[in-house]
Amino acid sequence: MKNFAESPRAWIIASLFAIMAIVLVARLFNLQVVEEKYELMANDQAIYRKVIYPARGSIVDRNGKPMLYNNVTFDLMVTPALVGKHNSMDTTTFCRILGLDTAGFAKEMLKVVKKTGKEKPGVFKSEVSKELNARLQENMYLFAGFELVERSTRSYPKAAGALMLGYLSEVTPAMLTNNRFASYRQGDYVGMSGLENIYEEELRGIRGVQYLVRDVMNRPRDAYKSGTMDTAAIGGKELELFIDAELQAYGEKLMSGKMGSAVAIDPKTGGILAMISAPSFDPNLLTGEGKGRNFAELNKMATKPLFNYATQGSYMPGSTFKPITGLVGLDVGAITPSFGYPCSGGYYACGKRIGCTHSGGGHAANLRVAMANSCNAYFVDVFRKVVDFKNYGGVHTGLQKWHDYMINFGFGHPLGVDITGELGGHIPDSSFFNRMYKGNWNSCNMAIIGMGQGEIALTPMQIANAMCLIANKGYYYTPHFVKKIGGDANHPKLAKFKEKHTPMHIAPDAYQAIIDGMEMVVTNGTGKVAKLPGINVAGKTGTVENYAMVYGKKTKLDNHSVFVCFAPKEDPKIAIAVVVQNSGYGATWAGPVASLMMEKYLTDSVNVKRKFLEDKMFNANLIKKYTYVIDSMQREKDRIRWELKMADKNMQAAMAKRGDTVLVDKMMEKFYKIKK
Amino acid sequence: MAQHRKSVLGRLDWLTVLLVFLLVATGIMAVYTSEYTSFDEPFFDMQRSHMKQLMFFGLSCFIGLVIIFTDSKLFYSLANLSYLFGILLLLLTFVIGGEVKGSHSFIKLGSFTFQPGEACKIFTALCLARFLAAADTKFNTLRHRLTAAGIVLLPCLLIILQNETGLALVYFAFFFPMYREGLPNSILLIGITSVVLFLSSLLVERLPLFIAITVVALLSVWVLWRQIQKQKAVVLFIVGAWLIAVTFSQLVVPYVFKNIFKGYQVERIYSMLGQDVPLEFQKPGQLAGKDADYNVRQSKIAIGSGGLTGKGIMNGTQTKYSFVPEQHTDFVFCGIGEQFGFIGSSLLVLLYLSLMLRIVFIAERQRSTFSRVYAYSVASILFFHFAINLSMTMGLAPVIGITLPMLSYGGTSLMSFSVLLAIMLRLDADRHILIR
Repeated sequence: MKNFAESPRAWIIASLFAIMAIVLVARLFNLQVVEEKYELMANDQAIYRKVIYPARGSIVDRNGKPMLYNNVTFDLMVTPALVGKHNSMDTTTFCRILGLDTAGFAKEMLKVVKKTGKEKPGVFKSEVSKELNARLQENMYLFAGFELVERSTRSYPKAAGALMLGYLSEVTPAMLTNNRFASYRQGDYVGMSGLENIYEEELRGIRGVQYLVRDVMNRPRDAYKSGTMDTAAIGGKELELFIDAELQAYGEKLMSGKMGSAVAIDPKTGGILAMISAPSFDPNLLTGEGKGRNFAELNKMATKPLFNYATQGSYMPGSTFKPITGLVGLDVGAITPSFGYPCSGGYYACGKRIGCTHSGGGHAANLRVAMANSCNAYFVDVFRKVVDFKNYGGVHTGLQKWHDYMINFGFGHPLGVDITGELGGHIPDSSFFNRMYKGNWNSCNMAIIGMGQGEIALTPMQIANAMCLIANKGYYYTPHFVKKIGGDANHPKLAKFKEKHTPMHIAPDAYQAIIDGMEMVVTNGTGKVAKLPGINVAGKTGTVENYAMVYGKKTKLDNHSVFVCFAPKEDPKIAIAVVVQNSGYGATWAGPVASLMMEKYLTDSVNVKRKFLEDKMFNANLIKKYTYVIDSMQREKDRIRWELKMADKNMQAAMAKRGDTVLVDKMMEKFYKIKK
Repeated sequence: MAQHRKSVLGRLDWLTVLLVFLLVATGIMAVYTSEYTSFDEPFFDMQRSHMKQLMFFGLSCFIGLVIIFTDSKLFYSLANLSYLFGILLLLLTFVIGGEVKGSHSFIKLGSFTFQPGEACKIFTALCLARFLAAADTKFNTLRHRLTAAGIVLLPCLLIILQNETGLALVYFAFFFPMYREGLPNSILLIGITSVVLFLSSLLVERLPLFIAITVVALLSVWVLWRQIQKQKAVVLFIVGAWLIAVTFSQLVVPYVFKNIFKGYQVERIYSMLGQDVPLEFQKPGQLAGKDADYNVRQSKIAIGSGGLTGKGIMNGTQTKYSFVPEQHTDFVFCGIGEQFGFIGSSLLVLLYLSLMLRIVFIAERQRSTFSRVYAYSVASILFFHFAINLSMTMGLAPVIGITLPMLSYGGTSLMSFSVLLAIMLRLDADRHILIR
């Protein structure tokens, strides 16, 4: 003790020890308390945030039958920046398992880096096979930066309704910039079209997150903090559709070998019972490993199966438009149900003859008869009477009035159906004709619109919806597919479909007159093929003349066969519109398709006597050779247009560059006296 | 003399024993938790490191007891002989030594590896103590000072030749006891200042360092004011020292790093400190911000992520899942830092400091110079291990393989420290006897 106090050197050594201890504690304080980056770095390294993908909501038809099944597949994802960061990557084993060579590996990696960048995970290989998945899983710890991510994909037992259901695919970089998909990560699956897209938010469910601790080999080991920070995944909601899966499949079969569309709607609710776009394709083609290839194949086909003929195809409605012309005429007051037209086989009031298939006296003696016989002259006259109606004081106002009627019928704009890509068709207004005829026109110029020809284009969906309006005598609901979301019929997303549209106040008598006319079409007129025993059917045939530019010439093609109907007349349960392209008379092809679908839906089966009709429909091949010619010409035209556009763009870029050079030369001369 | 009547166990310094046992227990816990993955693995599995360490501890206690029951004079008489034996062992290593991780400092006897350099610390301490305690030693003469330095530097040189720089560095600890016995102040001052100056010119930015050096110079003028008034030359000395320090840190280090060292050398030095190469020293073509040395980086992450209170026992994510290499040997402190945070780590530092100060206290109460020099040697060796090991895990000093006394896993290290301490305790038990 005595010595200790007396020896200053003991004190010096002891204080040196103490100073070092203080330095170390200060450093500890800096590392552990002041600096926060180390904790972040530790979490970054050791805590693995595993996203749990919930099962996607299923889709069932009106009878609860599944339209599709869920499958689980795995995507091999990679975060390029993490590959080989902490320990070298076993590329040889990896390549052996995947059957790649080193160059192929580098190429795939480069693809991912280009697509998503180095720091974010991107898809290295999507939907790996079961066997490959097993082999990868057991070696995963060797491949730092790679992970196998569970994905929910679909398969379709009925192979029907491809365009309506839509398909799932990886979210695209362009979609990620959209606010709607802000929470998605590269590689996530998303509904690309159809119901899958529109109801994405309901179907996808809520993703869960599981925090796992991983070791230096990148193997997940334990739940982090015993899983207290984890959130469970919540499965997506089920969609219950109005679609009758049986009817849909039956309709697709009836429409096979044809181009066109059939749309069936329940007039009481606006629920779509079937939506067929022909040619259809197997939705299973757009799932699984070959989906990219299959999509390209489908996209190349001349018959355009990816095009939704029901909501995107626009057609002149032909004679099926006559009930609407009649209704407008009645409402305007231009005619009464007893109005008759002395048709002798044509309409001559505008100079050039507009032909009519009938010439017998009295075939257009009143509205009902004229409808049943589908007299062209009668409805051309009614149309002219409407637009030239004396109260309007001129054809311009008259046409505008008519245009308003058409908008109210749901034409000329998309209806708001709950699938993607719906188009609006076309309804001309006076400015359209002003442009077309340079301001100099009268009701004769577009008189054939009265019989559904000329400058008018409707989608089959719109035609079917108009039938609902007539069947309901004045109201309709926006056609839609989804009845319930997660068992809830009053889901806010369905609110707009609950709204009853009563756009016009046409007298019930007027509707009754038209409906009677349409009934007579089926009982005594052009649409007898649609007659059903014990059920009063109201219908209308249509045979639509159409033209295409072939080799620079306007060429008349085979008529489109169109048919509309609804039944039972007294208490409508189904309204159908069918278009069969380039096939002939309305009653020959479209009529039977509509009638068979109606019978199937109303009576659950098809009468044995009509089996021959069914077989005829099943086996017909009505896709004309010129479809392929027209398609290839169109594609050629598009290609040339694109090439011209690109050439123009390149030219402009070159000009701009040249301009820069000239500018630089000038500046060099001015400031540095350097002449070129 | 009441003390003499007590048995040798009664005369032992039990406080030291307690401190040492606490440290060993901490070490075993650190080794266990750094390897722990789940409770399913049996605790009493002799293959597992903590059980082996427990076994080494038992062995150490036994050897310690044997030492306690020998005669204290034995160590004095055996000092020179053991030193010779140690040097021979070191030389023998060159002939029959095996290679472990690039160093040739191990002798293998069956499955047992043994590092003579580790044991030689004890022999050198004894030999130095005996030399300084000898009646004919005049430590104020240059000749004897050089002899003492020679005793220390001979094994040190041999160990450097065996490529075990870290261990060799520990031998510089013996300059503390030599200082205590009369080496001039200036040597200690110059030694410490150059180490601090070297490290700080790498770790601290230039301007703050310049300010710090100037402040220290001004402070010393203030402290030494009275002497300056007597002797003007002191001012010259301070100004000279200031000039040298400034030139070294502001001009020499940057010049050498920029113009003399190759890119990879600069990188190596900084990476041993767990630092990225500063922008100004990056050579053209060299990758900017290249990852610092993996060990230090991971070690800093582990310690830094502990925060104030730590992640809790067995909850360390970094150590548990082997992110830190050698986390039960040289980097054992990471586990403590991560699991127990700033509070736990500081307590451990305090524990070491208490042990070292206790030993200095013990040294100063010895009657014989031999015991005092020896005790100082023990304290200094402990200090060097403690300071270098902790500095390197926290990125304050280059990574050189040095264990943390009593905590690091490994039989050689634990046993050599036990023997070192046991001899000291034995000598202390006879502190009233003049040993020579």
